[in-house]
Amino acid sequence: MIAGSEIRSEDLARITVGRPLTRGLGRSYGDSSLPAPGDSQLASAVLADRILSFDPESGTMCAEAGLSLSDLYRLFLPRGWFVPVTPGTQFVTLGGMVAADVHGGNHHRAGCFGGHVTRLRMRVADGRIVECSRTVESDLFRATIGGMGLTGHILEVEFKMAAVSSPWLWGESQQVHSVDEFVDVLGRAAADWPFTKGWIDCVSRGKNLGRGVMYRARWATAAEAPAKPPAHKKGFGVPINLPSWTINRLTSRIYNGVYFRTHPTRRAAIIHPDAFFYPLDAIRHWNRLYGKNGFTQYQCVIPHGSGRAVLGRFMEIVTRQGSASPVCVIKDCGPEGEGLLSFPKTGISIAIDFPVRSWTQAVVDALNELVVGEGGRIYLAKDTFTRRDHFAKMETRLPAWQAIRRRWDPEGRLRSAQSVRLLEDAP
Amino acid sequence: MKIAVLGATKGMGRALVRRLFERGDELFLLGRDRQDVGQSARDLESRVGKPAGSVGTAACDLEHPEGFAAALAAAEAALGGLQAVIVTAGLFATQEQLEADPELARRLLTVDFANTVLFCEEARRRLLARGGGTLCVFSSVAGERGRKPVVLYGAAKAGLTRYLEGLDHKFRAQGLRTICVKPGFVRTGMTAGLKAPPFAGEPDAVAAQVVRAIDGGTPVVYAPGIWRLVMFVIRLLPRFVMRKIGF
Repeated sequence: MIAGSEIRSEDLARITVGRPLTRGLGRSYGDSSLPAPGDSQLASAVLADRILSFDPESGTMCAEAGLSLSDLYRLFLPRGWFVPVTPGTQFVTLGGMVAADVHGGNHHRAGCFGGHVTRLRMRVADGRIVECSRTVESDLFRATIGGMGLTGHILEVEFKMAAVSSPWLWGESQQVHSVDEFVDVLGRAAADWPFTKGWIDCVSRGKNLGRGVMYRARWATAAEAPAKPPAHKKGFGVPINLPSWTINRLTSRIYNGVYFRTHPTRRAAIIHPDAFFYPLDAIRHWNRLYGKNGFTQYQCVIPHGSGRAVLGRFMEIVTRQGSASPVCVIKDCGPEGEGLLSFPKTGISIAIDFPVRSWTQAVVDALNELVVGEGGRIYLAKDTFTRRDHFAKMETRLPAWQAIRRRWDPEGRLRSAQSVRLLEDAP
Repeated sequence: MKIAVLGATKGMGRALVRRLFERGDELFLLGRDRQDVGQSARDLESRVGKPAGSVGTAACDLEHPEGFAAALAAAEAALGGLQAVIVTAGLFATQEQLEADPELARRLLTVDFANTVLFCEEARRRLLARGGGTLCVFSSVAGERGRKPVVLYGAAKAGLTRYLEGLDHKFRAQGLRTICVKPGFVRTGMTAGLKAPPFAGEPDAVAAQVVRAIDGGTPVVYAPGIWRLVMFVIRLLPRFVMRKIGF
């Protein structure tokens, strides 16, 4: 449990003065947006959410860092524009998307969000306001993309929106029966489809180990798309914390079995973007399904060269330790981006939820041993349990990033609970 | 609807003008800081895809009543009419700050009561001259009862609430619909750093309520709605209880 509060203001530049960190909508799974021990109050960007300019010729958007993806999605998709890269929830801010350098189903084509950012305006540790880009203060720019907000407070973000052919998606789904088959179908689909991802059944063992559903999608053409833009449904919510046994091996197995069987061998259709990009956003407060102890997510990328047996071992660890979560996503990543601490690199990424239990730390340790051995790495936006030495071993770029960070923040004023845990920041 | 708004750059005002502009109302923004108000106009235009300049702006400061007539005249001219005026602007300070600083107290009492009323008088004359319209003003639940944490701020808002009530009684028959919005605790920059009580609201939810009230001509709006019940109970408490509790 980490206690603290956030101060909100429309004037983000004012409230970031002297504060150790700015947070957005708080959807990172781990402790990256939480205060370090001893720090009580963080700045919140969520009220600083004005669009400063949008050029419909070039798609260049400049906005305050607290602008949410849900606003951009709602306002711009019906007009033929979408963010070039979206994470798995729309309840994130632009500042958070830069800080975590988010990726999505189109990583093999579009890379991370940071690759589409052209300029940042920041409040750095000494109190100055600095603009940075690929040509101005480029070291700060590269360290901030994926830098988890630890290089300075992001005040404004300028980036390129992507033009889309319609506000609907055209997609296909297909049953997959093993991890090996997953790697094959993801690789093949990447050549023809801008968006690909897979859901793996992480509860079943034996012959069903690694079965799942593969999705691929592209923006529908104007001719294919329905006449009306997609409606924004509110969805239903989970009103209270459910008992912590709600998600267990049995309920997950039943859910997964039904989910797998309702996706027949091959299906093609027009898809609502909500259903493809943000399936979990449909259930408000879905985290309450896990009970008051909550859950954690583990996401790593394992390089292609590692051999497929590694993915099998990964799934073995996950299923052996009694993990019982229906949420597990597999995706092939494209090349590493320019952000110095950015997560993706060429390989297979797996993200899985665990309820927080006595065995959670042991599972994360075992998975990290595997990831370190294979030259993979974890995603900081999801992490709560990784140990410092494991992170240092998997993140060879860390010294270069720390050197830039120290140049901009020699006194170590900027920090988070995560940076104290993982990066040896003074608490 | 052709609407002039004083206080559209922050908090509930920002959320409210976004909802109004996104559904097609024509807006003119008035604010203390010309540059800030221009930024909010650009935000509205970008959100909807209207060309720059679609939302007009003019400077108007509640500390300078001599500018009220010109500001509203500019709004009327730019909009080519006037059907509603919304006021969300105001000053806020904690009771401790106001007790320690008499000059701040004078400013707050002047802005939140006397000058807001003068602005409303100017708006009332202009709306009535056009046969009526809607005057929607943000007061506060702080004006419902004399309370320890909001003695001075609450007094100013109590005066404003009574004025708006009188206005509604006197002029509704002539076509002027007065709407008094009484927000409870809402998480905006104004309340940043204060400990949020139970039932704290979000600016966009309040904005949705106020849009419904403007459309329906509802004279009194508690926002979030639960504050109607909370303040009902608070109004019933005997004085000796109010003297004991910190609320």
